[in-house]
Amino acid sequence: MTDLAAVFAQNASLVSAVVHQAATRDQAFDGAVDILLAKTPLVSLMPDPGPVSADSGETPVRTLAAPNLGTTDLQYLSQVCDTAGNIHLLQNGTRQFPGGIDMGVTWADYGIADTGTLVIASDSEETRLATMLCEVHVALLKVSDIRPAADSMAEELAAMTDRTGSYTAFITGASRTADIERVLAIGVHGPLELHIILVEEE
Amino acid sequence: MPKTETFRSYKHRLDTALDNRFLRRAMDNFAVAYRTSRQNAFAGMDVDELVQQVADVKAGAIRNNAALLQQFTAKARAHGIHVHVADTAEDANRIIEEIAQKTGSKRIVKSKSMTAEEIHLNPWLETRGLAVTETDLGEWIVQLRKEGPSHMVMPAIHLSRFQVADLFTDVTGTDQDPEIERLVKVARQALREKFVEADMGITGANYAVADTGTLGIATNEGNARLVTTLPKVHVALVGIDKLVPTIADALTINRILPKNATGQAITSYVTWITGPSECKTAETGQREMHIVFLDNGRSRIAADPEFSQVLQCVRCGACANVCPVYRMVGGHQMGHIYIGAIGLITTYFFHGLENAKNLVKNCTNCGACKAVCAGGIDLPHLIKQVHARIQDETGHPLQSLMLAKVLKNRKLFHRLLRTAWLAQQPVLDRSDQARTMPGSGSGQPSDTGFLRHLPMIFSSDHNFRRLPAIARVPFRDRFADLNQPVDTPRFTIALFSGCVQDFVYPEHLEAAMRGFARYNIQVLFPMNQSCCGLPAVSMGETAAARDVALQNLDAMAVNGNNYDGVDYIVTLCASCASHLTHGVPKLVKEYAPEKAAAFAKKVVPFSVFMNDILGLDPVPGAGRKTAFHSPCHLCRGLDVHQSPRHLIEKSGNRYVPTEEEETCCGFGGSFSTTFPAVSREILTRKLDDVAASNADLLVTECPGCVLQLKGGAAQQGRNITVCHIAELLFP
Repeated sequence: MTDLAAVFAQNASLVSAVVHQAATRDQAFDGAVDILLAKTPLVSLMPDPGPVSADSGETPVRTLAAPNLGTTDLQYLSQVCDTAGNIHLLQNGTRQFPGGIDMGVTWADYGIADTGTLVIASDSEETRLATMLCEVHVALLKVSDIRPAADSMAEELAAMTDRTGSYTAFITGASRTADIERVLAIGVHGPLELHIILVEEE
Repeated sequence: MPKTETFRSYKHRLDTALDNRFLRRAMDNFAVAYRTSRQNAFAGMDVDELVQQVADVKAGAIRNNAALLQQFTAKARAHGIHVHVADTAEDANRIIEEIAQKTGSKRIVKSKSMTAEEIHLNPWLETRGLAVTETDLGEWIVQLRKEGPSHMVMPAIHLSRFQVADLFTDVTGTDQDPEIERLVKVARQALREKFVEADMGITGANYAVADTGTLGIATNEGNARLVTTLPKVHVALVGIDKLVPTIADALTINRILPKNATGQAITSYVTWITGPSECKTAETGQREMHIVFLDNGRSRIAADPEFSQVLQCVRCGACANVCPVYRMVGGHQMGHIYIGAIGLITTYFFHGLENAKNLVKNCTNCGACKAVCAGGIDLPHLIKQVHARIQDETGHPLQSLMLAKVLKNRKLFHRLLRTAWLAQQPVLDRSDQARTMPGSGSGQPSDTGFLRHLPMIFSSDHNFRRLPAIARVPFRDRFADLNQPVDTPRFTIALFSGCVQDFVYPEHLEAAMRGFARYNIQVLFPMNQSCCGLPAVSMGETAAARDVALQNLDAMAVNGNNYDGVDYIVTLCASCASHLTHGVPKLVKEYAPEKAAAFAKKVVPFSVFMNDILGLDPVPGAGRKTAFHSPCHLCRGLDVHQSPRHLIEKSGNRYVPTEEEETCCGFGGSFSTTFPAVSREILTRKLDDVAASNADLLVTECPGCVLQLKGGAAQQGRNITVCHIAELLFP
């Protein structure tokens, strides 16, 4: 791990993000599916859980939204999900799951080391919803995309935010609140867990 | 809360809050925890430098506000965003109501916005048949309770988990356990439905970036993300003071905002929306986006040279977090809509004189807010200025007019003080020999002791501390006898006594004179010096304060018209020192700016003179455990921290640290007589901290603090001796 990646990992961990490492993209997706399989299946927050049906009825189906992957990544992830079984892989239509989905897996555009922050271009509604409605958000971040501090990447951020329809998200840890007696509680609206997989491969 | 609350009713609310045990404990824990978490968040950073950067960015943005608004608007319109400008709160409410009508929106979800609170948006929309749901947990709680937020960042900090559990039981119709983790999940579930059903989302914004037409919104819960993603319409209500030129500027502010607000390095989410963003359920595939820029008095503030810095506020709430009064009474009593020091000021501009007139007096002038302000605003000064303006507009109360009149006339003032010695004779406490016998009490024959009871004009509230008697012979009449000729002086100083030490505690100055003689210091005592003028500032009597300042500038110019004849102007009163250094130049900037600057440069507090300039030698002593109370005007007013602590050690005693040494004792001049109950509670907390250190002695460097601490310790029967550091050094 580079020094910058180590700083990033340390600061992300401070806000209860779980940081993993993967040498290749494929390994990163393997890791994401492992996290999904280990998680307790979602209980929908809404009366209507959305159009999910189990093939077997035995193992509960888990929903995985993967909105901003390229073709190669998606093909690979799709294979891994098929092999594991009982995973409902979504690329579109996340809005039909307002009661929640089990996991969203997305690429992050940048990491900011000094605060352990992810920068994700969320212009697409699917990307936004995948990272908001999921119980577990797994973000893949290339080590080479980590920057030291937000103000050292102001130009890149200015370019990202200068597009019509731009929706750029800084995400640092899971959704949190301390509104009752200043006691920290995780997952008031967004994800209950944030996992970050640092990917070496370009 | 009635529309125009009387002072009496306001005091009654304060008393009720002081009796609220949960509130007191919650506020106390928060005040202590905040200090540590803020310190940790800024570890290794140059905070002053960061604050300066934020102040520069904000000040520049305020100067160019009109141009930035124009630039933002052009850019946003090119993106397809509807931009509105509302001059008043009512305009903004009407614009948002019309957007709801035009878009057929009935159900609205909101993320937290102080600006929406400022204009009373929710009641406006609700009375027009729209259903508005706050989605920030704290805001939702206070909305359900039909009350306002009690803190800008933590709206429900005044409530316990039990109160929230009861509330959620009512709302959901199911019993809810008072377990925070579960209560949060109740909100997660109940609010999800509201998000899904909503036609419109309303947010505020922390930043409006002009060069790209982008809004920046910081949240921890992520609710603003859902508010701006699920509904088809997004309305952002943004004060024009949120405009900044570039995202780099916004990031500069964002480096300090969360650290100062809650001690977090950054909030969980910072969302940058240029918009209009994709919305698959909208016919066009894009969300309809409106930005309503709100003026509501901001342009008037921007155009006011004295107050424009108010708009450097980034709404972090830190000024409340460190305020000793907020800590005692909570936000509902320490603000109207905006809470804390900034709230005392903005209430006057946004919500009018009637809502501000009581609040603005509720400040001890301790400067804790100024020391943490992210925008570098001189909050205590502006609070006093608002107070003065309100008095100018409504007429000055008799008490304050009299004070002004008396202070302006030194001879009259001093004659009155001498008469007071006679007038107090019937109420002098002669029973307590320890305090009235020569050589007792402070150990000095001049200690006249306490008053037996307060004159009848005071209510029983004021009995929380014993008041000192006025000295029979003031220091100015003793000076000639005490002053010893010095052949080859190491330094020549002018002594500025301040009125409290001159007339109430001359023993402090007598002790200092012993020290000056021992170290070959030639002392001049200009007889025409008067009160420093700080009490007049506190009472909102700016003109009198200025007159007194000019009189003192003349009186202290011992060498004709300048200060070259002395090396230093020394004072034993930290409040005088701070006021003479910072307040006087401000007051006379249009009359005698150079003279005031030359004067201020010579002023040093006693401990700095003794420790840093004279370099006092350590002497062997009794080694008594000695606690230190740092006067606000010494530690924050003059940035003096270690000198008095070193002097304690050098006096042959042992300095023992106490908790919160640099927290206000609750005196605050006229504050302690205006709000005696609050002052009493701050004092008790201070004395508790001292007691916990097991110190035998409590030393400080300001006669106001001595008055408060000594009188409080006596009234509460505390086993501690209180004295001025001069008395410790030269007994």
